Amino acid sequence: MLGQKRIRDIGESVLAHSSADQTEVVIMAGENYLTRFANSSIHQNVAEADTEVRIRVVLRDPGSQGARVGVATTNNLGDEALARTLENALEIARLQPANPAFRSLPGPDRPLAEVDAFSEVTASCTPEQRARGAGEICLMARDAGVVASGALTTSVLELAVINSLGIRAYQSATLADINTVVMSDTSAGYAASLAMDFDTLDFEALGREAVEKCLHSQNPRALEHGEYTVILEPYAVQDLVQMLAYTGLGALAYQEGRSFLTGKLGEQIVDARVSIWDDGLSSDGIPWSFDFEGVPKQRVDLIEKGVARGVVYDSYRASKEEGKQSTGHALPAPNNMGPFPWNVFFGPGDATLDEIVASTERGIYVTRFHYTRPVEPKKVVITGMTRDGTFLIENGEIAYPLKNLRFTQSYLEALNSVEMIGNKLRLLSGMGNVVRDSVPALKLGRFRFTGATEF
Amino acid sequence: MTALAVQIARASALFKTHDVRLGPPVSHTGTYRTPVSVDPWDVSFEDKIDLLLKADAGLRSARGVAVANASLAFWREHKFFANSEGAFLEQELIESGGGIEAIAVDPGTGEVQKRSHPNSFARDQRQEGWEAILAMDLVGSAPRIGEEAVALLKADPCPSGVTTLILGGTQLALQVHESCGHPIELDRVFGTEASFAGTSFLTPEKYGGFRYGSDLVNMTADATIPGGLGTFGWDDEGVPAQRVPIVRQGMFQGYLTSRETAQQLREIVGEEAPASSGGAMRADGWNRIPLVRMTNVNLEPGEWEFDDLIADTDEGIYMELNKSWSIDDKRLNFQFGTEIAYEIKGGSLGRMLKNATYTGITPQFWQSCDAICNANHWRVWGTPNCGKGQPGQVAHTGHGTAPARFRNVQVGVTG
Repeated sequence: MLGQKRIRDIGESVLAHSSADQTEVVIMAGENYLTRFANSSIHQNVAEADTEVRIRVVLRDPGSQGARVGVATTNNLGDEALARTLENALEIARLQPANPAFRSLPGPDRPLAEVDAFSEVTASCTPEQRARGAGEICLMARDAGVVASGALTTSVLELAVINSLGIRAYQSATLADINTVVMSDTSAGYAASLAMDFDTLDFEALGREAVEKCLHSQNPRALEHGEYTVILEPYAVQDLVQMLAYTGLGALAYQEGRSFLTGKLGEQIVDARVSIWDDGLSSDGIPWSFDFEGVPKQRVDLIEKGVARGVVYDSYRASKEEGKQSTGHALPAPNNMGPFPWNVFFGPGDATLDEIVASTERGIYVTRFHYTRPVEPKKVVITGMTRDGTFLIENGEIAYPLKNLRFTQSYLEALNSVEMIGNKLRLLSGMGNVVRDSVPALKLGRFRFTGATEF
Repeated sequence: MTALAVQIARASALFKTHDVRLGPPVSHTGTYRTPVSVDPWDVSFEDKIDLLLKADAGLRSARGVAVANASLAFWREHKFFANSEGAFLEQELIESGGGIEAIAVDPGTGEVQKRSHPNSFARDQRQEGWEAILAMDLVGSAPRIGEEAVALLKADPCPSGVTTLILGGTQLALQVHESCGHPIELDRVFGTEASFAGTSFLTPEKYGGFRYGSDLVNMTADATIPGGLGTFGWDDEGVPAQRVPIVRQGMFQGYLTSRETAQQLREIVGEEAPASSGGAMRADGWNRIPLVRMTNVNLEPGEWEFDDLIADTDEGIYMELNKSWSIDDKRLNFQFGTEIAYEIKGGSLGRMLKNATYTGITPQFWQSCDAICNANHWRVWGTPNCGKGQPGQVAHTGHGTAPARFRNVQVGVTG
């Protein structure tokens, strides 16, 4: 770890040398250790330490509105490299046409919340500890006559934002993340978990979950595609949440008219049992107190009891709407995604997974989705495959395993047919080291499968 | 750092099943540099931004364009490779990429349509210099791209059914990438990507004896062709760039290999397999280990002129430029969507169609190929966004294609 003082010194040094009207320094330091296994043995084991310094400068033209903005990055922490990077950012800004809509970098308007996201156990995890965690799953698979693959990662992250308007934000965090696919000649099973503390990962339970799913899904049968009731495990539900976020829960897509929420705020858009919100400060997830502009995170209700409530903002997108403030969801500048919800929660229901299965006369049980892509983003029509354990349910019981199916389905329409929601949330990692979602199992009345594969 | 590497290696050995065998030693020495006519770093920032602003204005000249994007990207990778077998290599790889994109939003219905040029998802990219950018004609193409985005709002949706499909070069490049390029990665075949991207239907018993496509289908993995994003002097194990046959007259013939996987394949199929690596180990930077990656995986040209191919097609759909792509974890069932399509009726291109999709099973699809355009229509497209591995790596791959025709394809899959 670089530590708060070293990071602060780097940031202050850049600010002191900057001739810009406003300057922001974002420093992301990370140590990532990854143990990867396949065919029930470790085949890749790597460690990486890297620090990125991202400098954003703002130049104002006297007498005109707006500003010119430039960004440059480096991972060289030497004084000369930092000076060169600052000069690059200034040169880029000088060459920009002024953006009349740009108001200002954010200032320190609100205090940062204290959050606890660091585990010493995770930070000091050794290669042997990771190997033994992965090995526990590999041995369990070998004993069952199947093969295990997967990846176990431990990370130490530091993020600091320092700007010339007075923002001084720093936080460290740890992540312990594992996923495993266990395979036989005709089947596969899956398990995954994310935690702040390495000691809380239950390798035995994860291995058992994936191995049992693999054994139960052997010799799958084909099923005619069509519309079915589905039971989605949390792994599949996370895909629903991520696709909603990707296609429409940020202010950029909303303001450009590309979001499914554009023009819909205040309207009932999905079943009244569905509530989705973003809460970066919740200790039920892995909390983070500020975004990549140093703005404190706010809880944002995105969909409340089926009603569209809002999207997330960064400072630039907030400035484009009257009366809006950043909700603390900026990504590193510049980016073409706009602000993004990192800590999404899907409100739990009151049913156990067993109760959901028992309530289903005929339906398809899906462990997770694979390779999902938007077909019509505005309607959140998504296509993708099932993977790692798909079953037919008949008369409240799992009847037999199925060959994997392709779906082409509007996730919004699917969320209008919610029948039951699981009572437990599962914390799962999303894109990169930033996004994490807490999601339950779901039973949906209608889900359209449009094709099938051969396994 | 070295001590940590040793500690990690010892920990890895706690759970291993076999020793690594790398085959013949690799001890090449030399230098390689991407040939460029105009070094993109010799072109001023002002000229680059001026080009982008003109393209942006061209896109916005079409009434109804809500969002316009224009971008340029330049890469210079300077790398050294040395091993204890005696190899010492220095390479400087230069890439130039660019693209424009117009998004039109119907103010009444909120419908969104998109058009891109010369390729979708931000840009085409080549191992060339500034000359590659000029050849894209971003400024000249911008008004048409904006107009097509707006016109798509009023276009008819792609009908559903089984019909004849002609794919343009850019969409065919992604079809090759997903349904041939990934399943021939031998590390994937052997299961080391199983927990992330998946495995492959092209298992070793199919080597040399599996009908992948029709007799017209010939594919190669060629790291030597000028301009391709998968072109280099040596791969990241120090193995020289090669042209490797993948599919010959429809029969599956070869994999993308590393030193280790080439030996593993030989142990399974015997001397029919090459004795050494095909040179496809690539890392996306200093902080990633090499994986088996695509080089330039190409569909070799056929004999048709494009106009003759359309004239020879009584009824069908022509699709171009990818909008969405999805394929199962063994690379069999795929579904693609394209930005734009045109109806083919009586040997002519007809009305514009929107939201076009098609789906199929990889070998059945390639076996239905009955015409491929000739070398006049063949070019290498860049795919600068190929994800693989944990931690994630983004490879830059190339795919040479010419438009081709496929019979009895399911099109118009809707949600």
